[in-house]
Amino acid sequence: MRPFRYHRPADVADAVAVLAGEPHAAYLGGGTNLVDLMKLGVQRPELLVDVTRLPLDTVEELPDGGLRIGATVRNSDLAAHPAVRRDYPVLARALLAAASGQLRNLATTGGNLLQHTRCVYFQDTGKACNKRDPGSGCAALHGQNRDLAVLDWSEQCVATHPSDLAVALAALDAVVEVHESDGPRDVPLAALYRSPGAHPERETTLARGALITAVRLPPLPAARRSAYLKVRDRASFAFAAGSVAAVLDLDGDVVRDVRLAYGAVAHRPWRAYRAEEELRGRLFSPELAARAADAELAEARPLRHNGFKLPLTRAITVRVLSELAAS
Amino acid sequence: MSTGAVGRAHPRLEGREKVTGTARYAVEYPVDGVTYGWAVPAAVVRGRITRVDTDEALASPGVLAVLHHGNAPRLAQGPERELWLLQEPAAHYRGQFVAVVVATSLEAAREGARLVRIDYDAGPHSTVLAADHPGLYKPEHVNPSYPTDTAEGDFDAGYAAAPVRVDVTYRTPAYHNNPMEPHATTAQWHDGRLVVHDSNQGPVAVQATLAELFELPQESVRVITEHVGGGFGSKGYTKAAVVLAALAARHVDRPVKLALTRQQLFGPIGYRTPTIQRVRLAADAHGRLTAICHDAISQTSTIREFAEQTAVYTRSMYAAPHRRTTHRLVRLDVPTPFWMRAPGECPGAYALESAMDELAIAVGVDPVELRIRNDAQVDPDQGEPFTSRNLVACLREGAQRFGWTGRDPTPRARRDGRWLIGTGVAGSSYPARARPSSAAATARPDGTFLVRIDATDIGTGARTALWQVAADALGVPPERVEIRIGDSDLPVAPLAGGSMGTASWSWAVIRACEALRGKLREGASPDTEVSAEADTTDEVGGQPTRPRYAYGAQFVEVRVDADTGEVRVNRLLGVFAAGRVVNPTTARSQLIGGMTMGLSMALHEEGLLDERYGDWVNHDLATYHITGCADVEAVEAYWLDERDDELNPAGVKGIGEIGIVGTAAAVASAVHHATGVRIRDLPIRLDKLIGVSGLA
Repeated sequence: MRPFRYHRPADVADAVAVLAGEPHAAYLGGGTNLVDLMKLGVQRPELLVDVTRLPLDTVEELPDGGLRIGATVRNSDLAAHPAVRRDYPVLARALLAAASGQLRNLATTGGNLLQHTRCVYFQDTGKACNKRDPGSGCAALHGQNRDLAVLDWSEQCVATHPSDLAVALAALDAVVEVHESDGPRDVPLAALYRSPGAHPERETTLARGALITAVRLPPLPAARRSAYLKVRDRASFAFAAGSVAAVLDLDGDVVRDVRLAYGAVAHRPWRAYRAEEELRGRLFSPELAARAADAELAEARPLRHNGFKLPLTRAITVRVLSELAAS
Repeated sequence: MSTGAVGRAHPRLEGREKVTGTARYAVEYPVDGVTYGWAVPAAVVRGRITRVDTDEALASPGVLAVLHHGNAPRLAQGPERELWLLQEPAAHYRGQFVAVVVATSLEAAREGARLVRIDYDAGPHSTVLAADHPGLYKPEHVNPSYPTDTAEGDFDAGYAAAPVRVDVTYRTPAYHNNPMEPHATTAQWHDGRLVVHDSNQGPVAVQATLAELFELPQESVRVITEHVGGGFGSKGYTKAAVVLAALAARHVDRPVKLALTRQQLFGPIGYRTPTIQRVRLAADAHGRLTAICHDAISQTSTIREFAEQTAVYTRSMYAAPHRRTTHRLVRLDVPTPFWMRAPGECPGAYALESAMDELAIAVGVDPVELRIRNDAQVDPDQGEPFTSRNLVACLREGAQRFGWTGRDPTPRARRDGRWLIGTGVAGSSYPARARPSSAAATARPDGTFLVRIDATDIGTGARTALWQVAADALGVPPERVEIRIGDSDLPVAPLAGGSMGTASWSWAVIRACEALRGKLREGASPDTEVSAEADTTDEVGGQPTRPRYAYGAQFVEVRVDADTGEVRVNRLLGVFAAGRVVNPTTARSQLIGGMTMGLSMALHEEGLLDERYGDWVNHDLATYHITGCADVEAVEAYWLDERDDELNPAGVKGIGEIGIVGTAAAVASAVHHATGVRIRDLPIRLDKLIGVSGLA
């Protein structure tokens, strides 16, 4: 038996303080990823700090028209929230495209953002993985890498981030509210995740022990015309083969503004700034959308088994933008 | 059949227990003083174990023992080297069980397993099946005992002379059985007698193998198999879990529960071998086959030969004067492949029925019509008439129900928005076998009856079907009949496999009930219990050897996203001719389950081998995709009212496997019809379609 301790913190400060004092502790949200990894021996925390009873479970409509989503709001509840459905349909659709009903009922907003890659080599302690075991090598680089990254990978790691929610949040310029030992701070979602580089074991820019307390969405009226398109290998629960979150703001047929983010292509949700640049100020057409995707993917480096992600990402970019333009 | 229970829909007798969670599976029986075993897999592909360090594991709280080759109880060298577990310092494939940790809790055993240190002297290995592998050889026979190669006429000459020819190669990946309940055992030793609650498809064989391995008289081993959470063939023979549990229980002198993990099902329990299949068909201008050749390549392990009968399907399915089939095998440093629902017939039919679709296009004949033109009433292989063969009737009824008539064969001709729509069809056949069995029937003074047979219900509804058969044979309402199965103390019966369970068991049940009725005064209950037994060995053995097969036809409509290559199945429809159907409720489940598994094979399942590690990296149900509910939008199964008096007293042909046989070919042909793209290596996933130019 490998015992671990369980702590239910009184408040956020207690949670952060307890975690700071323990080198091998982890926050427990819905447990939909952590518990699996513990059973597999991939993660071996000695202390679990259960944050699900902290008062972080509300969705608050902000005076400026934005939204603050508590870190322990369950994915199901967030997807069903009227303000989310009305103002940020891309978010609701990303949530509902993910996992299964049972998992969404448990999974939390903060936990979703900090879930780990589903790279099969990471999840198997019998195989080399720098993310799990720094310095052991990356078995995926020349292994079965169909599901892995085409952008921004390193020789040390080719993993992808599995979250659908994070892709939508990347497109919405979300801000992550975190509480660290020295107090609260805001981290733009775009600055939350790291590239794998030489240290893929470091996944975020958060200090050790940081607790996500909320995710804030700035007001974005254009997001009422937004969508999430996810392609997967089967209709039932599966991680994305490719996904795109898009917000399109048209002035007549001209792209006034656009937000685009990709899933399943990189170590983090991939905000497609180059594609946006290509689109902004131009007369929208499917051909333009394709060119924009190509611009974004120009520096992609497909691995042995995942070259299909380039035409796939291009195809879903064209589709999601064309559908938004026609809506 | 006076009361007519047979043919009536009836829910499973144990259905309520199963859905309320009270039905007990192998490791769910409460046992005093029980301990838990955790199997330790080899971490190298091939090598010698040079050292086993158990210190850390034994120091871990709750750990009672670590069994390995150096200290495990000795086993006799049985016929299967694969079961000679923990006896030699060697690993023959990655994942082979080389140690077992026993502890006072499951969690302690798992942690102990993590702490066992095993050093290996690893050797070079070969784990990838290839058509030019230097190790290819011709096995002596193929599973279970078919000739390896066959030839009639002169294939080469017939093929060369034909006006229409198809020469195509299909590939299928490794497929992994994933019953809900893993291979699992509770083992207990009492005064030298071994009792196991075990999840398997045939307690008799498990009993015999354990007796042999542990050098016990057969009657000193009892195997109880009350409920089984699926098997699909993977539990058709004694497997590692029960041997490890029995070894561990003997070693610690306490009861042991041992269940494999989901990850451990990917390999050590067997899997459907990858195949490389070349099919050549030649036909005249009307589509009548003149030459058929099917060359199949598959793999086995270095410790056991399992030669899948991939091309056997082709020997009897369609007629042609010139025919040839071959099987070649290579021994790789991999786990031994084993049975998976319709071993041989299923991958073989994928290739042949796909090639028939390609021939239909080449010759310009509708694929239903092509199959009808090439029907055979005399088995091309054995040269004798089939006892019944209703393939054509299945095709015709299926075509009518599906709305096939008038299908435009032009690929990529139908479109619904972004979706390309296509339809496909395939034929199916599966042998209708029976094996000797025994059974006993008892009349009680209270007017009820007890029927006993060591049959196994692996979730199929076998228990309920036999109960219905027994009621009719006794001439009483089924409510007066109690049936007991799944225990080696009951009369000996063959395994639930090869779609022959119900045929074999019902035969013995009917004979036992008839014998009992002969002892009773008609309509009266006896004063004391009266019993009769039957053994069908002579009767089954004396049956004329005639070709006996069930048939079917699957029709599929798919849609393929023109931009992304996503494939979804709109509709799956099968019509089957499988003799008498005992229970329409459970029969339908078998047939739609088989078809769903075929859909899964066609579109989703694939064991991804990492040749450096020698195992399949996607070894759980999150990464090894199977078809889920959302992927099965409409599935329909129908059957013909087929009577065949040359089968068995119940007139059944078996329905466990026929549903899957042709389904993957029908799906693949429908994808071709939708897109114009012929994918010849399964599964058909979006990455194989999206790169195809001009699809959109």
